[in-house]
Amino acid sequence: MSDSKKKAQVDLSKDVQKDQSQILQKEMIRGNFDKLARADQNPDDKVVYTFVPGNLNELVHCFDVVGNYPEVNALQSAMQKKTGAYVMEAERSGQDEDVCTYVKADLGMMRRGNIGPSGQKVAEPDLLLLSYTGCFTFMKWFELLRHEYKCETTMLHVPYQGDGEITKHMRDYVVKQLKEETIPALERVSGVKFDIDRLRENLRESAKAEEDLVKVLETAKLRPSPIDSYFGAIYYVGPMFSAFRGTPEATAYYKTLWAEVEDRVKRGLGPVTPEGEMGEERYRLVVEGPPNYTSMRDFWKMFYDEGAVVVASTYTKVGGNYEFGFRHDPDNPLETLADYCFNCYTNYNLPQRTDMLEHYMDEYQADGLLINSIKSCNSFSAGQLLMMREIEKRTGKPAAFVETDLVDPRYFSASNVKNRLESYFQMIDQKRQAA
Amino acid sequence: MQCFIGIDLGSTTTKAVVMDENCDVLGRGITNSRSNYDTAAAVSKQEAMIDTRFTLLEREISKLGGASENVHALLEDLERNFRKTQFLEQLGDLEQTCDGHITGARFSGVEETVRALMLDIFDAIREAANEIYAPGAQRKSDFFRDIAGSRFMREAEERAQVADIPYELLMNVYDKAIIEVENRPPEGDLRGKFLDGLEYLFTEKSDIGVDKDQLRTAVNTTLDIELEETYVVGTGYGRVRLPFPKEHIRSEILCHGMGAHIMFEGTRTVLDIGGQDTKGIQIDANGVVKNFQMNDRCAAGCGRYLGYIADEMNIGLHELGPIAMKAKKVPKINSTCTVFAGAELRDRLALGESRADILAGLHRSIILRAMSIIARSGGIEDQFTFTGGVANNESAVNELRKLVKENYGDVHINISPDSIYTGALGGASFAQRAVMA
Repeated sequence: MSDSKKKAQVDLSKDVQKDQSQILQKEMIRGNFDKLARADQNPDDKVVYTFVPGNLNELVHCFDVVGNYPEVNALQSAMQKKTGAYVMEAERSGQDEDVCTYVKADLGMMRRGNIGPSGQKVAEPDLLLLSYTGCFTFMKWFELLRHEYKCETTMLHVPYQGDGEITKHMRDYVVKQLKEETIPALERVSGVKFDIDRLRENLRESAKAEEDLVKVLETAKLRPSPIDSYFGAIYYVGPMFSAFRGTPEATAYYKTLWAEVEDRVKRGLGPVTPEGEMGEERYRLVVEGPPNYTSMRDFWKMFYDEGAVVVASTYTKVGGNYEFGFRHDPDNPLETLADYCFNCYTNYNLPQRTDMLEHYMDEYQADGLLINSIKSCNSFSAGQLLMMREIEKRTGKPAAFVETDLVDPRYFSASNVKNRLESYFQMIDQKRQAA
Repeated sequence: MQCFIGIDLGSTTTKAVVMDENCDVLGRGITNSRSNYDTAAAVSKQEAMIDTRFTLLEREISKLGGASENVHALLEDLERNFRKTQFLEQLGDLEQTCDGHITGARFSGVEETVRALMLDIFDAIREAANEIYAPGAQRKSDFFRDIAGSRFMREAEERAQVADIPYELLMNVYDKAIIEVENRPPEGDLRGKFLDGLEYLFTEKSDIGVDKDQLRTAVNTTLDIELEETYVVGTGYGRVRLPFPKEHIRSEILCHGMGAHIMFEGTRTVLDIGGQDTKGIQIDANGVVKNFQMNDRCAAGCGRYLGYIADEMNIGLHELGPIAMKAKKVPKINSTCTVFAGAELRDRLALGESRADILAGLHRSIILRAMSIIARSGGIEDQFTFTGGVANNESAVNELRKLVKENYGDVHINISPDSIYTGALGGASFAQRAVMA
């Protein structure tokens, strides 16, 4: 390596401040990619692909299989600026411009040798486990992967909360599928017999971690908020939403994270940004919608440079929502898995999403609502304007709308987004002055 | 005298408005943004200050006996002559700069011929200045680049052919020089230009309806007034390039909302179609922005689209609307993509459709896109104000009126002849509030 390259690397690492919890998380993620790379060499190591929303991690871990999360790979690749090429690769292979870019990033990565964000090969799946929680695209995505890999596929159909409630019938329906479809499929693929006590133990670990995560997220009610509940919380929910929920490592991670955040609370500090401590907290925002991952640091900078902190976000609930009391319950192991799936944000209907946003606006004393509409995610975007207007009406607080994409760099127009955000912040100022 | 200035740095044009402490508009200035926002800001501000002097002069002249009846005509004449002086000054600069570029291997053996041609060309343009700035003369543009450029091309083409010198060689000299000249704000000897303009006027007209000495005194009195730049607010896409602190910078959303409110107090919804963005803005009774939507990363259907069409048709931007108004039918054109616009135009012309009809269809298509942005910002509430350069295009306005009626019924639509200055007006108002509030 040339000296200039070495210097560039040193400068980059110096640029970003890392807490102990971040280092821990990095090690955990690296460990899982190591497992996926080993599985590629060892046919006895079985690999299950599944998605973040509705993931049955506690159950999956009962079968000694390695979990892989395609959308996590896509977002991590995006942060490494790799997805532009993956998206184009997928388009070359027949995916249209408007197809979800998570899907295209994953397909493109696969076509380029399935080299994951860690630089290691990601083993092919032995089982595609689709836990369907409101996003229709996930079903199509696994259909495409099944076509490529020709492996066993199983789908857990989680009824959508169309009426905004979970009925006994819905729960029974999911539990029946878990017993009759999901568990037998995992047994078949792994060759490991299901042990409900092992599941209970995993669920116990989940509940502990969930408790700490909620404590962390709720600190954003303080002024100044010690965390950013969007850009920062995307990292915080990482272990919980991916391969680690239900493991002692995840429990340890959240314990460490909570200790760090609690310390910030005691010292009255604001959030940590990639450039260090954020300055004065000037705007408290609630954000609806996923972030942009290809220019995440630039995007975040547009907020913290203006003193804007996100105090609550809905995206950080897509892999499970714990703020309203739900915890995985070891005493009702299958029922609790069903309840978890019902409560993923993607499975909420529009009135539920709107109520949740209103709750955040009030509880977290937000100055306004910002929607980041994702170009290629119809599932998230449908109804967002309607929700925005309803929140404006209910709270009297200003709302704004920006448009980006998840992992397609072509859909991030920095000047346009910055222009809208600056306008929005000034709009909040103007409202304050008028009041 | 305290002056509060708003500068709107748009992608195509930069506008400035000067306001006094009572929120009365004193002057407006506009220039092309010339991809150099610093110069554009300086020039537009200078232009607005010049306009301010004319406003103050109008007040001064009104005090003169017998002048009140024809004060507007007199000021128009004076301004026209002032502009001529300004034009000749910049033309001299352009000539000198061109001369500096006639050097190097490319001119080997033809240097003297090119110099002689340039001399001829500039003499011809100088001579044409009287015609360009004659009473009642129509100018396609007031920007120096446009006026000098079109004349230079015309004169250079003729002379190059006769002298057997490549036309491109002359144009290359011009292209290099005009960039330098444009990026040099005009000299600051305002008094000299006013007085020269006045002398031109006296030569042009023997009877101006007012005593010449009194007029000279009025001009001098006006020029003696010290105009203090009390507070400047910048807005528009180029605002971050402005050389002043962050608190002096406002978003164009807020400025257009406030500007529209000042122009028409009953405004609740604003549509602004600028060079590279289209904005739908909802405001309250105080001009405070409630919500907004704008086009995303794609500038399809914005003002530049019309500019591109005008270029394709080799006509002036201001000619598009009148031609489109002659349409007998409005064809459905869904593409607002600027890149496809040329192809769409040529295809339809090849199919035998009339230019007027096609242009009407193109105008409708951009307004349709604007309607979608307005709808997403919350729809149209009475009163509705249309701002930005495109609001001066009668065909765009015509299509807008039809679509507003179809979708929202009877809504009062406001369009100011000064709509292009809306953002700068809002900026000036924020500047005034920053000090006076």
